[in-house]
Amino acid sequence: MSNPLLEIRDLHARVEGHEILKGINLTIHSGEVHSIMGPNGSGKSTLAQVLAGRETYEVTAGEVWMEGKNLLELDPEERACVGLFLAFQYPVEIPGVSTQYFLKAAVNAVRKYRGQDELDAVDFLERIKEKLALVDMDERFLNRALNEGFSGGEKKRNEVFQMAVLEPRLAVLDETDSGLDIDALRIVADGVNRLRGADRAFLVITHYQRLLNYIVPDFVHVLIDGRIVRSGGKELALELEQHGYANYEAGVGV
Amino acid sequence: MVSQQEQSLTPTEHDPLQQWSQSEYKYGFYTDIETETVPPGLNEDVIRLISAKKQEPQWLLDWRLKAYHHWLTMTEPQWPNLHYPPIDYQAISYYSAPKIKKQPQSLDEVDPELLRTYEKLGIPLHEREILAGVAVDAVFDSVSVATTFKGKLAEQGIIFCSISEAVHQYPDLVREYLGSVVPYSDNFFATLNSAVFTDGSFVYVPRGVRCPMELSTYFRINAMATGQFERTLIVAEAGSFVSYLEGCTAPMRDENQLHAAVVELLALDDATIKYSTIQNWYPGDKEGKGGIYNFVTKRGKCQGRNSHISWTQVETGSAITWKYPSCILQGDGSVGEFYSVALTNHYQQADTGTKMIHIGRDTSSTIVSKGISAGFGQNTYRGQVKILKAAENARNYTQCDSMLMGEQCGAHTFPYIEVKNSTARMEHEATTSKIGEDQLFYCNQRGISNEDAVNMIVNGFCREVLRELPMEFAVEAQKLLEVSLEGSVG
Repeated sequence: MSNPLLEIRDLHARVEGHEILKGINLTIHSGEVHSIMGPNGSGKSTLAQVLAGRETYEVTAGEVWMEGKNLLELDPEERACVGLFLAFQYPVEIPGVSTQYFLKAAVNAVRKYRGQDELDAVDFLERIKEKLALVDMDERFLNRALNEGFSGGEKKRNEVFQMAVLEPRLAVLDETDSGLDIDALRIVADGVNRLRGADRAFLVITHYQRLLNYIVPDFVHVLIDGRIVRSGGKELALELEQHGYANYEAGVGV
Repeated sequence: MVSQQEQSLTPTEHDPLQQWSQSEYKYGFYTDIETETVPPGLNEDVIRLISAKKQEPQWLLDWRLKAYHHWLTMTEPQWPNLHYPPIDYQAISYYSAPKIKKQPQSLDEVDPELLRTYEKLGIPLHEREILAGVAVDAVFDSVSVATTFKGKLAEQGIIFCSISEAVHQYPDLVREYLGSVVPYSDNFFATLNSAVFTDGSFVYVPRGVRCPMELSTYFRINAMATGQFERTLIVAEAGSFVSYLEGCTAPMRDENQLHAAVVELLALDDATIKYSTIQNWYPGDKEGKGGIYNFVTKRGKCQGRNSHISWTQVETGSAITWKYPSCILQGDGSVGEFYSVALTNHYQQADTGTKMIHIGRDTSSTIVSKGISAGFGQNTYRGQVKILKAAENARNYTQCDSMLMGEQCGAHTFPYIEVKNSTARMEHEATTSKIGEDQLFYCNQRGISNEDAVNMIVNGFCREVLRELPMEFAVEAQKLLEVSLEGSVG
């Protein structure tokens, strides 16, 4: 098997003195879709934020390697440039800054890091137009201020759109399904599915099995109290849907 | 500007103003300059001397003296939300003109830090030379450019010259309009200006003429070199249009400590005046030492029906800013606008805003104020909207947003609203936000560095104001905001 795209070894992290992640081990290869499921407070979002480099969380032990780079030593913007993308659970609004302008800055920051020429506005627009169709959005959307006044569904579509434009190696989706109605969920999932490919991997974080009907994972991991307590195939998600997390939670601390 | 060496203050011990002049010493610019400077202090003789030097007519001298005597009865305003040691008005020299200016002979002789700033602002090399006051062809070029423009303007009957020149060439116009919007007795600083003003600009646009270009002080570099008490007067006759740009897009490191200017605008029937300012005087250093005290009175009178005056300002400089560009909406259907970005970093303080006085029927005003505070900066918005009894169907929209960066800075808002006519419609919106860690992290996660993220967020915040500026000005204002905020977020 090829070298892993992402390798998490015994990762511990805490926030304000509370240990949230208590030894995560996870290996992801290119082309794979992994899902992490778990109840509220199990550490799912913390894992996403730690991978992206949020300072609020203090890593106390462990290592994270991505494409031969020690991820924990990189600034958040460098991690993005290496190819890590986080679709936020709560995307922020930036008033007065158009989606197009924001994305162009992002694309050019990444290109600069990779030693490529920056794109001018015309080239950039050409490249992103086709990506809009992926999430069923029209061009007017590009001129709206980033996420300002967007509905919940539009914000999540915007995240997937950005993902399509930035073409990451590893995309982490943090509860992308939360707050979406079934139609929006389908649009978002379709967008993600079309971005699946041999040179890209996904880590889909979700509370509910519902999303996994649309984005079918290769692997499912159950996260309870900061640890992965079980891993399996996509059938594991269905099992969780039927029996809930109670069985696993009961076993914690034994 | 750094290249100006005349010193306008006589330093006294423990005078913070002196510290600023000392900080200039280290750049080695204060050397053997022969200036013609009257001794510090203000009295009738000094005013007579200024007037005589400028060979002014008797009526103007009388006006100055009237202002001076009135000033003696006034006290400096204490109401602004500004803190600074008392200014000794008798320690200031009120007339100072270089006899022979020793200018740097090439950019090699100019303060490298200043050059770096120009570079960051993206100012072409050729213009950098002009701005730094280098005595090369550039200066002559700019004179010839100005002359070319003047010819073109004259064809349409537009007058654009220094106010000193106007006093001689167009005495009737100056006499009619000087002090007609800001009377000599208006306020402490305006009255001081009336007594001692040294130069400034005069613009007259005849009936029905649309001024074909943006008028800018940029083309009158020499006039910029004159004193700290400028006086500008713009008259737009019926049906005319003029857009005026004040200040330079580059850091004008004025050596003057106290700056008390007056700007008067007068718009007659259906006339429009757009007045844009980018103010970037020396703000003092990171410890709050030095910097310009900027006390400015700007007022426009919409005298005619359907006249329109629009103020746009981007204030990033000065240690202290005190200014309230205002509109008197006298003509029926007249429109007043105020768009402002004020940025205070380090120890800068700004108390700025506007006054909209609705007198005529169907008058409307718009106020959009964006305050940004970083470091230890203190930013105050102070605005007055007054609807007088006769102002039927007056309308005002005010939006007042503050952005804070860091823990030590402050944003303050003092809106005054006075309505005497029940048909008025008023809207007031105000927000205060912090550049959030959330916003920065989101940008970081997309590959954008902290510095770029801050610039983007600030520019987005100011967009409604920046888009009011002429295109080239807007781009430079944007860069200026970036330079002013450099290093303010880790």
